[in-house]
Amino acid sequence: MTAVTSAEAARRSPLSAFVASSASQIGITVAFLVLWLLFIVFAPVTFLQGAIYLSFAQTTPYFAIVAMPLTMVIVAGDIDLSFPSIMALGMVGFVWIWQATGSTELGIVATLVVGALCGLFNGVFVTLIGLPALVVTIGTQFLYRGLTLALVNGKTTALAPTSTSPIYGLLAGKIFGIPTEFYWLVIVTITAWVLLNRHRLGQNAYVLGDNRQAAELMGIPNRSTRIVLFMLVGVAAAFAGALNSLRVVNFYPGNLGEGFFLPALAAVFVGGTSVFGGRGSIYGTVIGAFMIGAIQAGIVAAGLTSYWTSVIYGAIILGSISIHAVLQRRFER
Amino acid sequence: MLEPEVAATPALAALEQASPAAPPVGSVRLELRGVSKSFGGVRVLRDINFELRTGEVVGLLGDNGAGKSTLIKILTGVHAPDAGEMLFDGNKVENLTVQGARALGIETVFQERALAEQLPLWRNIFMGRAIANRFGLLRVGEMRKVTEALMSESMGFTSAVLTPDTHVMGLSGGERQGLAIVRALHFEADVIILDEPTMGLSLKETDKLLYFVAGIRAANKSAIFIDHNIFHVYSVADRIVLLDRGRIAGDFPTSRYTLEELTGIMRELAETGRFSDPERPQTAGPTRP
Repeated sequence: MTAVTSAEAARRSPLSAFVASSASQIGITVAFLVLWLLFIVFAPVTFLQGAIYLSFAQTTPYFAIVAMPLTMVIVAGDIDLSFPSIMALGMVGFVWIWQATGSTELGIVATLVVGALCGLFNGVFVTLIGLPALVVTIGTQFLYRGLTLALVNGKTTALAPTSTSPIYGLLAGKIFGIPTEFYWLVIVTITAWVLLNRHRLGQNAYVLGDNRQAAELMGIPNRSTRIVLFMLVGVAAAFAGALNSLRVVNFYPGNLGEGFFLPALAAVFVGGTSVFGGRGSIYGTVIGAFMIGAIQAGIVAAGLTSYWTSVIYGAIILGSISIHAVLQRRFER
Repeated sequence: MLEPEVAATPALAALEQASPAAPPVGSVRLELRGVSKSFGGVRVLRDINFELRTGEVVGLLGDNGAGKSTLIKILTGVHAPDAGEMLFDGNKVENLTVQGARALGIETVFQERALAEQLPLWRNIFMGRAIANRFGLLRVGEMRKVTEALMSESMGFTSAVLTPDTHVMGLSGGERQGLAIVRALHFEADVIILDEPTMGLSLKETDKLLYFVAGIRAANKSAIFIDHNIFHVYSVADRIVLLDRGRIAGDFPTSRYTLEELTGIMRELAETGRFSDPERPQTAGPTRP
């Protein structure tokens, strides 16, 4: 080549090629390790013992399980803000079927079906009517929450009897001393990684998010791909809602899911997924989820009042998306 | 920079091997009869009759809004025509989809518009037709290997730091063009549609591209070459088809018209909506020899 492009300046060695294609993921990993080190320095008693990690293993999955398919939806250029309400509406399905049949297992199936239908509705609305997902899912967030409250008259349902069912121990128990939520997160994470990186669905999601016109020209199914992704978020949200409700053996229709809204979105964006689509990774979201999960406990353990939590959340989100932007501009060409 | 001849040869070899049972030279490959298309009440194409023969390169010229891209989208199955019919090798084609057009061997080189910048080369090569098992799981290793072979053999990418995992963002305009063309070639295209391929290319890269287009004819394939610039198209095309406001305004074999005559016709057409044909004086308005 006679013309030296900026691209060629960046091409040096295999090592720099690796750095170039993974700068964002390396950046987030370093940020995670630095944050962890800070917590250990400021709260050694807490962060050098196992108890806090067991606590993360239970609390992080509630939002991280949703963050995995949410990453895929955002990679495809959409977004879903209705998942906290899907968590709640899914539990209405659980309560109805469980009360009618006495079976916790059937209740879980009903939850997942309701979650899938909520996702289907989001997806159909976004793709067939052609409205921005941001606006549609703000609408359905209210719609699903309102339906939840109307259908159960706003009443809390006690779920204590479910704890005698065989499946309860798999959903809200402990295996080898580790809360089962963590194992579910591992399963969801591996599934999401395979779907995004090693499956046609993920290939199509990346192309749709990067260049929707190219996707159309190259014959990539636009609507069905995006609808399936919304359905995956719906199923994951409903499942996470069930895990959380069974753990606290109560279904709170008014606020189940509300506390997971910002952490789930923050995990995705801290992890380097681009809000514009076409770029994002499950690895980044995993790291992002544990960063977000550690902050709450870390701040309290470090001796700050919990009022500071939001301040630090905000600072970490702004800091990490800035780091991603800078790294991508400098290296990923 | 490799010389055009050197760089294009393996690609041409791949072309020649692509389909051993190619129809005889000069037979009609693709035909449109009376095709019309409207969008929201606006007639974008009116009564289009067009044919493309084997081993022929047709230059399609027209101003912005003349209907070039709509015509291409009909040929590639993106849009369905409102009226008229399309024939491929003499057989009527109905309900053409993008996948269906590809199965017929119609491939478009949309250049950058059909590349995903933030994705690695291998994902771009296999965009829309990933190699996967019946569960949809990708055969990533195989796709990387094919990409690597195409890069070194057909694209002339010899630089060791360009790998199948390099993002398209890191390629120059000419390299992107090469990627898009090689993608079309790899999937055994018979009819290659080049949509404004010279846009953003340097003079040297344009020469390389034009050499490649001439090679399409040599390999007994067909091409439709869309451009604004008649100077690019004239040297490689067998015929120039002029589109004007949704109609075919004329069809000019480059063996019978000089570049100067065609330039004059195009200017006259743009200014007055009609032109006088130097071969057939007084002919006005849309004609079809």
